Amino acid sequence: MELNRLTIKQARAGLDSGKFTSVDLTTACLKRIKERNTEINAFITVCEKSALAEAEAADVLIKNKKIKPLTGIPFSVKDAICTAGVRSTGAAKILDNYIPPFNATVIKKIREQGGVLLGKNNCDTFGHGASNENSMYGPVPNPHDTTKVAGGSSGGSAAAVADNMCIYAIAEDTGGSIRYPASFCGIVGLRPSYGRNSRYGIMPMASSLDTVGPMTKTVEDMAIVMQEIAGQDVLDATTVPDVVPNYEKELSKIDLGKLTVGVPKEYFSVDALDPEVKSATLTAIEKLKQAGATIKEVSLPMTKYAIAVYYIVVPCEDSSNLGRLDGVRYGVRADEKSLYDLYAKSREAGFPEEVKRRILIGTYALSAGYYDAYYKKAQKVRTLIIRDFEKVFQEVDVLITPTSPFPAFALGEKSFDPMAMYLADVFMAPASLAGVPGLSVPYGKTKSGLPIGVQIIGPRLSEGLVMGVGEAIEKN
Amino acid sequence: MALSLEEVRKIAKLARLNLTEAEEKRHAETISVVLDYMNILNEVNTDGVEITSQVTGLSDVMRPDEPRNCEIKKELINQMPETEDNELKVPAVFE
Repeated sequence: MELNRLTIKQARAGLDSGKFTSVDLTTACLKRIKERNTEINAFITVCEKSALAEAEAADVLIKNKKIKPLTGIPFSVKDAICTAGVRSTGAAKILDNYIPPFNATVIKKIREQGGVLLGKNNCDTFGHGASNENSMYGPVPNPHDTTKVAGGSSGGSAAAVADNMCIYAIAEDTGGSIRYPASFCGIVGLRPSYGRNSRYGIMPMASSLDTVGPMTKTVEDMAIVMQEIAGQDVLDATTVPDVVPNYEKELSKIDLGKLTVGVPKEYFSVDALDPEVKSATLTAIEKLKQAGATIKEVSLPMTKYAIAVYYIVVPCEDSSNLGRLDGVRYGVRADEKSLYDLYAKSREAGFPEEVKRRILIGTYALSAGYYDAYYKKAQKVRTLIIRDFEKVFQEVDVLITPTSPFPAFALGEKSFDPMAMYLADVFMAPASLAGVPGLSVPYGKTKSGLPIGVQIIGPRLSEGLVMGVGEAIEKN
Repeated sequence: MALSLEEVRKIAKLARLNLTEAEEKRHAETISVVLDYMNILNEVNTDGVEITSQVTGLSDVMRPDEPRNCEIKKELINQMPETEDNELKVPAVFE
């Protein structure tokens, strides 16, 4: 078997028993990237030289038995997450030359235990998109069918994992950016509860919604990575003090006989829901029932308002956050004599159309006279969406839904219709607004061979339970 | 609700964003569609509902205000587009 195809669990066993080295494993991933990246475009930056040096250092750690779960395992990182000494563009030309002097906290945790950074993954610029077509570094074709999109915004990370260019990836999810491409590419993606993992060092999009999570080949691998990156961080005041549970133990103690699964009826009556996606999701639910779980239809009546709330809250927070990118202190600066032109022209050249659109919507919705009608109204409806989830989780342990209404669509199909692209987030935006975890696991394929993803949503900080149910679905 | 070209220009100026004429037109069209969609929220009765601005339930997260050494000063300065004597250089703010 080619080493780049291994899971974290398999790679760990091989490294620790001396069957192969981290240099062997890293070389296999770099070789695959070299063969495939021209077509798949999953990487904006590849760190060939430093990755091999890091792998050599990891081999010394392994030889000296200073082994942690991610020591010597090659991984890649969404380009909207800062990596010390490695260019981090966020897929925006305004940061084309930006080399962060620090690591995001989650990346620091991995690199400190000898994780091998292979490179930086393509994405929709600053996470703005559902297809990866809003990247200033080009789209990411789906490895299962290169005429289709990989999904977004973390399309490069999803494609890199699915195409075995890395062992796992770290990405970011605001309204579906991990789960959506995970479902399109047939891998596992977790949006953790807001506050579970540190956001320090990620390029902020909507600060009240952004989360950092892993993208892996199996649920078991997901639990391994989450164990290493979760927890409170003094550099992110929104991380919660709750103790990180032992996720591997939580996976093994799942008792389907005691589990009540909620099926939210609003999610299955969406017009755009593809029949094959619907049938796969219902089959996954049926299998859980056969394994002993109780299935209960539930209602989340605020579901139909989630996209409207999401696409007000996000551009408002986005436009404020992006104010920092003005060509003054770092990044690419337009050569202008007046300060106004320096700002306006640096931003003109450095942002793609969708980023500009969101800045404009946010600036409009936050301006005098519109603030109450848009932002404040959206924040109130957000409260009602949260109440929906609180109520439903008194009746059931988890919810099961499709991740996306449809499988991967054709490149170019929706790229000129922003509203159609926004509606793709329909099953993911509600959980994001409520701050609860959502896991996408692959479950079968369409007749034309495209992967289908099923989403498991749980109450706040129930990542262990959500992954446990995910593993039960994965193994059926 | 239709957004006029003039409104797009006004917001773009507030946001310090240069747009081409074609972009102004496209943004006016696409943003109008998005704003129209947002009207769906008027169906929801939110009388007496509190706003949500964060979901963790945490409040007043504090740390001691103590000076710390910045160990990446040189790297930070290296990222600046223009410097003079190790300081950031910008166009004049006042005429």
